[in-house]
Amino acid sequence: MNGTHAASPVNPVLTGNQRRFVDRFGDHGLYVITLLSALGSVVIAGGLAYKVLSEARIAISTFGLGFLTTGNWDPVHNHFGAVEFIFGTAVSSFGALLIATPLSIAIALFLTELSPRRARTPIGILVELLAAIPSVILGLWGILILGPVLQRTIEPALHSALHRTPFIGNLFGTNYSIVGLFPAILILTIMTVPIVSSLTREIFATVPSGTKEASLALGATRWEMIKTSVLPYSRSGIIGAVILGLGRAVGEAIAVTQVIGGSEGIHSNIFLPADTLASRIAGQYQGATTQLQISSIAYLGAILLVLSVIFNGVARLLVRNARGRLQDAR
Amino acid sequence: MTVSTNEMSQRGPCAQTGNLRRRRLINRALEVTAWVAAVIAVGTLAVVIGSVVLKGISSLSWQFLTTPTAPFGSGGGISNAIIGTGILVAVATAMAVPLGMLIAIFTSELAGPRLSFLFRYVLDVLNGVPTIIIGIFIFGLMVVGHQQSGLAGSVALTIVMLPLVARSSHEVLSLVPDAVKEAAMALGASRWRTTLTVVVPTALSGMITGALLAVARAAGETAPLLFTSSIFPNLVQTKLSQALPNIPVTIFQFSESPEPAKHAQAWAAALVLIAFVLLINVTARSFLARSRRQLGSSGR
Repeated sequence: MNGTHAASPVNPVLTGNQRRFVDRFGDHGLYVITLLSALGSVVIAGGLAYKVLSEARIAISTFGLGFLTTGNWDPVHNHFGAVEFIFGTAVSSFGALLIATPLSIAIALFLTELSPRRARTPIGILVELLAAIPSVILGLWGILILGPVLQRTIEPALHSALHRTPFIGNLFGTNYSIVGLFPAILILTIMTVPIVSSLTREIFATVPSGTKEASLALGATRWEMIKTSVLPYSRSGIIGAVILGLGRAVGEAIAVTQVIGGSEGIHSNIFLPADTLASRIAGQYQGATTQLQISSIAYLGAILLVLSVIFNGVARLLVRNARGRLQDAR
Repeated sequence: MTVSTNEMSQRGPCAQTGNLRRRRLINRALEVTAWVAAVIAVGTLAVVIGSVVLKGISSLSWQFLTTPTAPFGSGGGISNAIIGTGILVAVATAMAVPLGMLIAIFTSELAGPRLSFLFRYVLDVLNGVPTIIIGIFIFGLMVVGHQQSGLAGSVALTIVMLPLVARSSHEVLSLVPDAVKEAAMALGASRWRTTLTVVVPTALSGMITGALLAVARAAGETAPLLFTSSIFPNLVQTKLSQALPNIPVTIFQFSESPEPAKHAQAWAAALVLIAFVLLINVTARSFLARSRRQLGSSGR
């Protein structure tokens, strides 16, 4: 703020009219060029939304909102519906977040409160590297290594341990297979943990150390300190981080396509193959022939786009507010 | 109150009552849980990378890297995919990095706080858009009515990279201490001169590492290329007007193939890709941490 005011009177003293002209030109030029670039990103975002919706127009006018509630994806008879994929998306992403959320919070607590100080940065980098693995490689690993292990040992074990449990017993049926919802949930867990844990860690770092020290001074154990000072302070930020993870899980196409099996139908057994919105889009990339089918794929994309904009829009605000406190605190 | 003081004086302040033992136990259990969680995460990373290395190394050879893909069986390599990915990512980088850095200069140096927040918000939401939808967007914009092309693939990758470059550059630029800018301005430098000759050079190494991370991300992206550059012949292609073979789509197609020979090649290609991606990530992240520390410490 002081800088801008200080600059203007000094310039004419040091330089002639020519320099002043150059500077005015430079100031305006830089502003206009960078502003146009920034507007370019808005144009891209707007153009993306417009184009996806316009590609979906034929399907939207043919099926309307009933597309969301009917199944039966049938290219031969030119009938398309999304309910199975919405189901698959919901189950796979919520399942993944159900595992990833406690895991990520525990990792973030480990990295901010419990780990030896020298190990924090390397372990933090290793966890974030998990997010750097290209999804197609994670999918390759999922189908060729994880899938057979699940089919042979883990799925039968889960079935015999849990199939009698009330309410959730039906989830763990027989029909063990290499591909299905369960491997998709695990792969999505691997993809969301680094995102959620690194954001949660940043949020935990904003908790004022005075608050933490106060509860320790009152005789709280480390866990009691975390429960009474760290977690309540970070609640909205954690929710934001989890929603961001959800956005990532909902939109992941490639790895899920590789492990989920690409089949329609709604089953309670999570060991059976299914399909999500994103994986159905990816699975159809070569096969779409009719105008209506291409448009229906774009309709799936439009649903996904709306979901991701909502998730990200809300979550970014929550995370930003939590982070904003960090700057205030300094 | 009096009772507890009495108890304390009788037992001494450090004696463990049953309650304290229980609290210590819970505390211990949670510490162990947190350790286990960290071990699971790091272990998963190790298992995934370990399997790629173990499975990929046997099929990896000079011949694999220098011959184009064979239609069937075990012969052939991925030279066409390596060259294609190189071109796709280079073109995307040439578009996304300058544009992203200009956006970052605007949001961190020139725009008011409200305008800056608005643009960063749009970039964050764009960053959250599933990459497969970026593929659909470019498919509708550049492929429908024409054909798949390397250019379309590059543009799709550009959209993936743009928010990453812009946001990471913004973060680094905003770490440049105000004192540095004020010093430049007090010497009579105008705003644009200050920005281009003082602020940007100070932040440049951090901006470049952020851009490198975006390159690594783009090199591994499959979804934006499925609709834009995935139907290609088994030949070395270099023209942007035609679909370019690339490593991620090749791995995807090989992994869907029923042939074990193709699986072996998929592992080898995955090893090439993961080595490239991790190399960039590790170096960029250590540089980034260092430049953050330098900027952060000089600021305060």
